[in-house]
Order: sequence, then C-alpha cells, then structure tokens
Amino acid sequence: MAIHPPQQRIWWREPIEKMEVAWIAIAFVWGLVMFFTMIAWHFWGQQNLANEAYRVQPEAYVAKVEAMTEQYKVGEEGDTGIEVVHPPAGSDVYLLARLWQWWPVLELEKGKTYRLHLSSADWQHGFSLLPTNINIQVHPGYEMVVTVTPTETGEFSIVCNEYCGIGHHTMSGKIRVVESKGGK
Amino acid sequence: MVAVTGVDVGRKPLAPSFRTCAVTGLRVEANAERLIKANAVAGVLFLALGGLFGLLVALTRWPAIHLLPAEWFYLILTAHGANVLLFWIIFFEIAVLYFASTTLLNCRLPAPKVAWAGFALMVIGAVVTDIAVFQGESTVMFTSYPPMMAKPHFYLGLILFAVGALVGCGIFFAALVVAKEEKTYNGSIPLVTFGALTAAIIAVFTIASGAIILIPTFLWSLGYISHIDPLMYKVVWWAMGHSSQQINVSAHVAIWYAIAAIVLGAKPLSEKVSRTAYLMYILFLQLASAHHLLVEPGISSEWKIVNTSYFMYLAVLGSMIHGMTVPGAIEAAQRKRGFNKGVFEWLRKAPWSNPAFAGMFLSLVMFGFIGGISGVVLGTEQLNILMHNTIYVPGHFHGTVVAGTTLAFMAATYLLIPLFFKRELVLKKLAQWQPYLFGIGAGGISLFMMGAGTLGVPRRHWDITFSDAPMGTEFSAAAYLMLGLNGICAVLAAAGGIAYILVVVGSILFGKRIPDGQPKPASAPQPAVTQYGNAGTLHLPGTLVLVGIFFLSFVLYYYVNWKYLAQLWPLR
Repeated sequence: MAIHPPQQRIWWREPIEKMEVAWIAIAFVWGLVMFFTMIAWHFWGQQNLANEAYRVQPEAYVAKVEAMTEQYKVGEEGDTGIEVVHPPAGSDVYLLARLWQWWPVLELEKGKTYRLHLSSADWQHGFSLLPTNINIQVHPGYEMVVTVTPTETGEFSIVCNEYCGIGHHTMSGKIRVVESKGGK
Repeated sequence: MVAVTGVDVGRKPLAPSFRTCAVTGLRVEANAERLIKANAVAGVLFLALGGLFGLLVALTRWPAIHLLPAEWFYLILTAHGANVLLFWIIFFEIAVLYFASTTLLNCRLPAPKVAWAGFALMVIGAVVTDIAVFQGESTVMFTSYPPMMAKPHFYLGLILFAVGALVGCGIFFAALVVAKEEKTYNGSIPLVTFGALTAAIIAVFTIASGAIILIPTFLWSLGYISHIDPLMYKVVWWAMGHSSQQINVSAHVAIWYAIAAIVLGAKPLSEKVSRTAYLMYILFLQLASAHHLLVEPGISSEWKIVNTSYFMYLAVLGSMIHGMTVPGAIEAAQRKRGFNKGVFEWLRKAPWSNPAFAGMFLSLVMFGFIGGISGVVLGTEQLNILMHNTIYVPGHFHGTVVAGTTLAFMAATYLLIPLFFKRELVLKKLAQWQPYLFGIGAGGISLFMMGAGTLGVPRRHWDITFSDAPMGTEFSAAAYLMLGLNGICAVLAAAGGIAYILVVVGSILFGKRIPDGQPKPASAPQPAVTQYGNAGTLHLPGTLVLVGIFFLSFVLYYYVNWKYLAQLWPLR
C-alpha cells in the first residue's frame, strides 16, 4: 500500500501499465500543444501584451501626462471636473494611475492605433477596462507602452483591480471611443 | 518555549516509547504523537478563525447583504488570507510531515525539544502577525505589495512563522535519516512519505524565497532600507507565494494516496510512475512566480512562456498523472474486492458514507476539474489578460486550496483522531454529511467567483456599485447573481466548517476511548492488489472514462478562452 514501503524492492524496474503509459503520453503531448499555442499566438494572434517598458520617475511620468492633458484637452467629464483629452489619432497617449483615480478621461477614435502609456504615481494599481475585460498591472517606476486599437465605439470604464488602500473601490476612470473624424 | 505548549518535555525518558493503534495497526511514538496533536489542533483553531473571516468577506461581497464597512472589509480580508492560506495549512502540513515520517516509517521523532521550539515560533509568529493586522495599520492584503507598507511586526510575525516551519521541515528530514540509520523499515520509503518529502523539499525552497524578500521588506518597514522595487518584490515573493501552493498539492496528493490505502487498501498502480510525478513537482515548480507576472511591465514574453508553463507543462503533467493513478488505484482495489460489474460499480459501491473517503474523493475531483483546469488557463500568457486580478483568481485558488487541500486535510482528520487521539468520532451522522456540505460550498464558491471574474468583477473590492466614485461602471445582472450565489455557497461551506469543528472538538473531548492495540499490523486492511505493474492484469475502464471526461473538459475550456481572447481589442 501507499503507506508501506514498496512491495517489490526494485520497484523502478517494474513494467508500467499500458494505460498509464498512454495517459502520460496524452498528457505530455497536450502540454506541448498548450506550450506552442502561446508561442503561435505571438505570430498569428492579435492580442499579445507588449514587452515595451521603461523605468521612469513617478514625478516625470506625472509631468508627461499633465503636458498631454494640457495640449489636447477638449472639455470636462460631466460635473466631475475631470479633464477629457482627445489626442491625435495614432499618437502616444498617457494614462496616470494614482490614489484613487485614472486620469485623465481619454477620447480615442475607433480603428486607430494608439501607443497607450501606463504608470502609477504612487502605489500599484490594476488597469481593468470594462466591459471589454482587458487587465494590466500598473507599477510605480515602470512605464509600460501597450499598442492598442479600439474596435468598437462607446464608453468604457476603467476600474482598479489591485488593492490600493481604503479608497480602492472608488478608483475609476473612462475611455471613450468615438467614430473616426475622417482620414485613415 | 516549553511553557507555551504545556507539555513537560524535560522529564521524558530517553528511550522512545511506542504504542500500537488498535484501528490501523500503525505504531505511534509518544513525542511524535504529542507534536502531531499540537500542530493539528493549532491548525484547526486557525482554520476556524480564518474560515469565519472568509464568511464575513463573502457576505460583504454579496451585494444584497454588504455586511462589513470598507475599512473592516479590507482588514478582515488581509486576516483571512494569512490565517487560512498560511497558518491553517502549514500547521496541518507539519503534522502531516511528522505523521508521514515517524508513524509510517515506524521511527522515533528526533530532537523533540527542537521540534517544540519550532512549533512555538510558529505560534508566536502567527499571533504577532494577527495582532499587527488587527491593530489596523497593516491592511496590506496577504500579498503586501510595496510600496504599500505594513507595520514592522506584520513582516516579523511572518518571518518567525516561516522559521518555525523550516525547523519542522528539518525535523522531518532528520526523522528520515534516523529511520534509515536505525533500520526501522525495509527497502524504500512508502509513497506517502515520498510525497511528504516532496512537500518538505519544496517548503525549504519556498521558505528561502520568503526570507529573501520578507527580511529586506521588514528592514524597509523599519527604515533601514529606502526602497523596495515593486517588480523585484513580486518576482521573489511569488517564488514563495505560488511555490507554497505546490507544498499543498504535494501534501494533499500524499493524503489522497494515504486515505485510499488506509480505507480501501489501495496500492499505487506503479510506484515508479507516481514517484516520477512527484519528482516533476520538485524539478519545475521554481518557475511558479511567473503565473503572477503575466501582465506586468518589463518582463519579456519569452520569460513568461517558459516559466508560466513550468517549462512545457511538465509539472502539470505530474498532476495529471496523479489525477489518473489515484482513482486508478481506488478502482483496482475495489475490483479486487469484487465490485466488478460494469464500468462504475466500483465507484457506486465505494464507502461514500465514510467521511475520510468521501472528502478525499471530492477533493480529488474538484481539485482537478475546478482548481487544476482554471489554474492552467489563468496561467497562460495571453489568456491572463482576460482574468488578471479579477475575482476569477480567488475563484481558481479556492478550487485548489479549499476544495482541494482543505477538504483533503479535513478528510485526513477523520483518520487521525482515532490514530492519535485514541477516540472514536462523535456525531457520526454529521461527520458523514460534512464533506458534502463543505465540498459543495467550496466548489460553489470557486465556480461562482470564476463566473463573476469572467464578467470583469475585480477581486479585493468592497463596492462594485461604485456608489462613492465619480465615474463608476455597471456590471451586468449576471455578475450580481454570481456574487449572491457565491455568498450562499460561502454559507454552505461555513456550515460544513462548523460541522467539522464540532465533530473534531467533540471527538477529541468526548469521543469513546479506543484502547491500545496489540503490536501487530493485522488489523490494517490488506493490500488489495497483490501484483501490480503487470500489463494485462489490470483493467480499469472506469478510470479511463473519468480521465477521458477530464481531458475533454480541459481542452474545451482552454480553447473557449482563446476564443474570448480573440474578441478583445488588438493589443501588442
């Protein structure tokens, strides 16, 4: 029994059941299939997370977001006083995570490709775009650049899914995707 | 240290004293018995405490009830993680290590004073960390990611606890050496002991990783170190955080084999295959950090793919092997007993009213189907984008650690009480129902959290209605329904947990005493399969069907998630 020493002293010489051999072979091949599926998706899939990231001082990153916001501000979001930014199609856009807000509100054009920069001013945060369900971890001191192409118009919420203190559940933001204003 | 335990270690005779269990025929040494009892009891106390916290968390996330205020919710959630995932499971694992070494190898426990010192360190560490959490300034969650900082004694408690656990592992290794030296067994160590050895080896790696990251973090919280890089912290912390789950897997797989052996006399189909599967865990689990870093900045896809797959899924292969050999051993034993009709008579006529067996089998099924499959999907580089940090993640690990490990440990308790406390179980009817109550509850918690996570509901989140937020989001009615069902299942699991505590405490205090048996192993069930490893003698169609269903579910669920992923906005 499994609680006693093996009955046959030379247990490593015993032949293995055919059924066990078959199952091991199937499981091994399945493992390889799953392994190569991840690799294949890098060649043929559309959804792969960027490897592009830079070290950045949180203050320097905040300055970049502020500069973009000032340059491309088109209004404020309702009565919240939060800036809405419409950066040029295809440009670098910056989103700041801080206690407890995603800032600013970004207005993007459908079908255009943007370089979305993500970083935090303070603690770790979790970028979670809903209802699309894209989830990316955001660190202070690291600036990640995700190249993204919104494919549908509408309002998309950003919530935080990394615990960041007592206001965590109030942390939110928005990306609004609008029809492209002409040109490719 | 001795005073903490209340046992007078100082006046013990030098020669080890053994007694023989009347039920199992196993020989139990006095020092080992006291330590096993102490560790198991401490574990159960922390389970009761942490389980209560878990119920409070689930009732708060049930939108219709929303029990706790925000501050308390996050505090209790931090305490829940530490008390069940760490304290309950590791105390019980130390008991399992001492059982698998001393009892199964028929040897004495070496250096009992050192073992008691380790136990005391664990108790002190756990209490210190709990105090830190309840003082209110260490609400940093179980993961304690910097730059968020807890009070120094939060980290100090965890370090002390880990050192104590390391001492326990050392005692286990020493017991193996003593048994070999004193020739207390013949041939190789039993498979269950081999599984415990796997768990202990992984534990040493895990605790070392924990020390490498928690000691600097402790110094940082004291102000001696100015900066802890959050990404570096996560890489090393998860070498502890995820690898420690492989300790649990090794330990509860060992318990599956042990229960199948003790209850049914089941023998492993092949020692070689089962042991190699354990070896896979040891060789590849160090890569486990990667599962938690799949959507982090600054980590290359190559690193993620190699590591998150435990290098081409060779550790997953280990689990899939156990997933076949454990039910296979049970089927073989049952068929040997004459339950040969059709494909599933062996399963229908299994001892389902024996809580040890029922708990073990439910744990096996749910660990594989719920915890195992979701774990692989969650740990796939690109698929993680869909689920990272959603409530799918706790859904997954409640499938592994609650429905898998905790249920298996509960099942083992029903055998440990007669063996070490020399008491019969009380409330036998309640005990019979307990694995089902707890199992259905735990399985439901896992599934409904996974369901809500698929809809984007974040984990560790007090209010998904965003009533205080300037810009909220609207979750679908289905998401609210899932969280409600999760709450109901948490109540079921809590009822199962209370039943467990009642049976365990009741039996230890009031169970009918079992006299010591004669020193002969006759009362143990005889091995049901006399010859194994001989192709053709074993025919296990039931197991074949079970693993076939498992494999199909796995493949389907895996590719369904790729289909979901393909619908996301293009990212690169």
